[in-house]
Amino acid sequence: MGTDSSLLHTPLHTLHQDFGGKMVPFAGYSMPLQYADGIMAEHRHVREQVGLFDVSHMGQVRIRARSGTVEDAARALERLVPADIVGLKTNRQRYTQFTNASGGILDDLMVIALEECLLLVVNAACKQADFAHMQDNLADCLVEPLEDRALLALQGPLAQDVLSSFDADAATMRFMDVCMLEIDGARCIVSRSGYTGEDGYEISLSAKDADRVARQLLQHQQVRLIGLGARDSLRLEAGLCLYGSDIDETTTPVEAALEWSIQKSRRTGGARAGGFPGADIILEQLEKGVTRRRVGLLPTGRAPVRHGAPLYADEALADKVGEVTSGAFGPTLEAPVAMGYVATPHAAVGTELVAELRGRGVPSRVAALPLVPARFRR
Amino acid sequence: MTLYFTSEHEWLRVDGDTAVVGITQHAADELGELVFVETRPAGTQVKAGEAVAVVESVKAASDIYAPVDGEIVEGNAALADDPSTVSSDPQGAGWIVKFRLSNPAQLDGLMNAEAYAAFIG
Repeated sequence: MGTDSSLLHTPLHTLHQDFGGKMVPFAGYSMPLQYADGIMAEHRHVREQVGLFDVSHMGQVRIRARSGTVEDAARALERLVPADIVGLKTNRQRYTQFTNASGGILDDLMVIALEECLLLVVNAACKQADFAHMQDNLADCLVEPLEDRALLALQGPLAQDVLSSFDADAATMRFMDVCMLEIDGARCIVSRSGYTGEDGYEISLSAKDADRVARQLLQHQQVRLIGLGARDSLRLEAGLCLYGSDIDETTTPVEAALEWSIQKSRRTGGARAGGFPGADIILEQLEKGVTRRRVGLLPTGRAPVRHGAPLYADEALADKVGEVTSGAFGPTLEAPVAMGYVATPHAAVGTELVAELRGRGVPSRVAALPLVPARFRR
Repeated sequence: MTLYFTSEHEWLRVDGDTAVVGITQHAADELGELVFVETRPAGTQVKAGEAVAVVESVKAASDIYAPVDGEIVEGNAALADDPSTVSSDPQGAGWIVKFRLSNPAQLDGLMNAEAYAAFIG
């Protein structure tokens, strides 16, 4: 690892180079940090028009029950995640987490219910560990990493116009719907979802079709390639967690303010309550509350307050109440944006905290997430 | 006036015992559009290698180092309102600090334009 020759390439590597991508190592892959326009311009383009992201480094995994029924696969997966998977309708997608015995998060993921199987999309940096975790715990299922598939994200207010020009069914989908679409002759599994807070789609397709389909999408003048830099600032404004920064094995879904992703059926008193790693801790936190919470933060001034910055109750910088887990300059708000964990008594929206930046205090207000309103097509 | 360059991708325009310091076009291209610049206050004494300013892009913060020993005379106040000037005109209006040299002999260790061009390849 570390040298360029050891880095993996996605099926769009040539395209990134053709479009001037500034390639950086990320989770073992050579990935585009940005293209010629730069992070600020790319970020704004997604908020105003449409961006195309290569997220083929992410893991795609198919799960089929040995019995052959999707319901059995869903029941099996519920042993590892706190979401209601049995109740997930065919052609719908849901967000959840793999938890550990102490209620921490091993990874966060999307689960798609198809007629024959479940399809999971997991983080690139976690995919080997996730695969082993599923192999070890889902003996009643066939767990297959889909190595020959690419993943594209088409994000922005004009995404529907672009995608429906290839397949009109794109316009009929609502947020988190899943549909088989044909794009330039390629059969794609498409969900109406994303990681930017904008309307848009995530497109799973055969690796051999990816370069051609991406170039077809880029034929639309509204579509531009977007790198990982803008992907990070977009998701931060949208209040979405980055695994390894905002959530990890030491944070529970309740501390991370992700309890919306734990449906009633899996909670105390529900039809299939508990039964996932750390359920005792997580279900108790849902009822009794937690001692710290993930919150949005709006630092004053223009200086970004970044990952690791301590948060204090006041300017004396003595009473530490939390820590920033993600922070950057938000191009949409034209101001610094951040999120972090703070002790529950300081977590209410509107609470004035002070972040420490290069030895001095930066007044920072607790703000509701998302920091920029989401524009999902619900 | 003589122009010097450093291996930290900074330039110094030296006139007598004062120097104007900024980042090179190469550094500006690498950092991307800047969103914030903060210089240390006038009167600060610094040794070569100590920070004289911090520049922030969307993604990351980077220190700007004193190329030689000296005292900060002035920060570029215009950058508070428009830090992107550093990105668009790094070797002109996007200068970062004015600096009084305390040991001009240290300039001998820096590069001229030709050597810097070779350095960045």
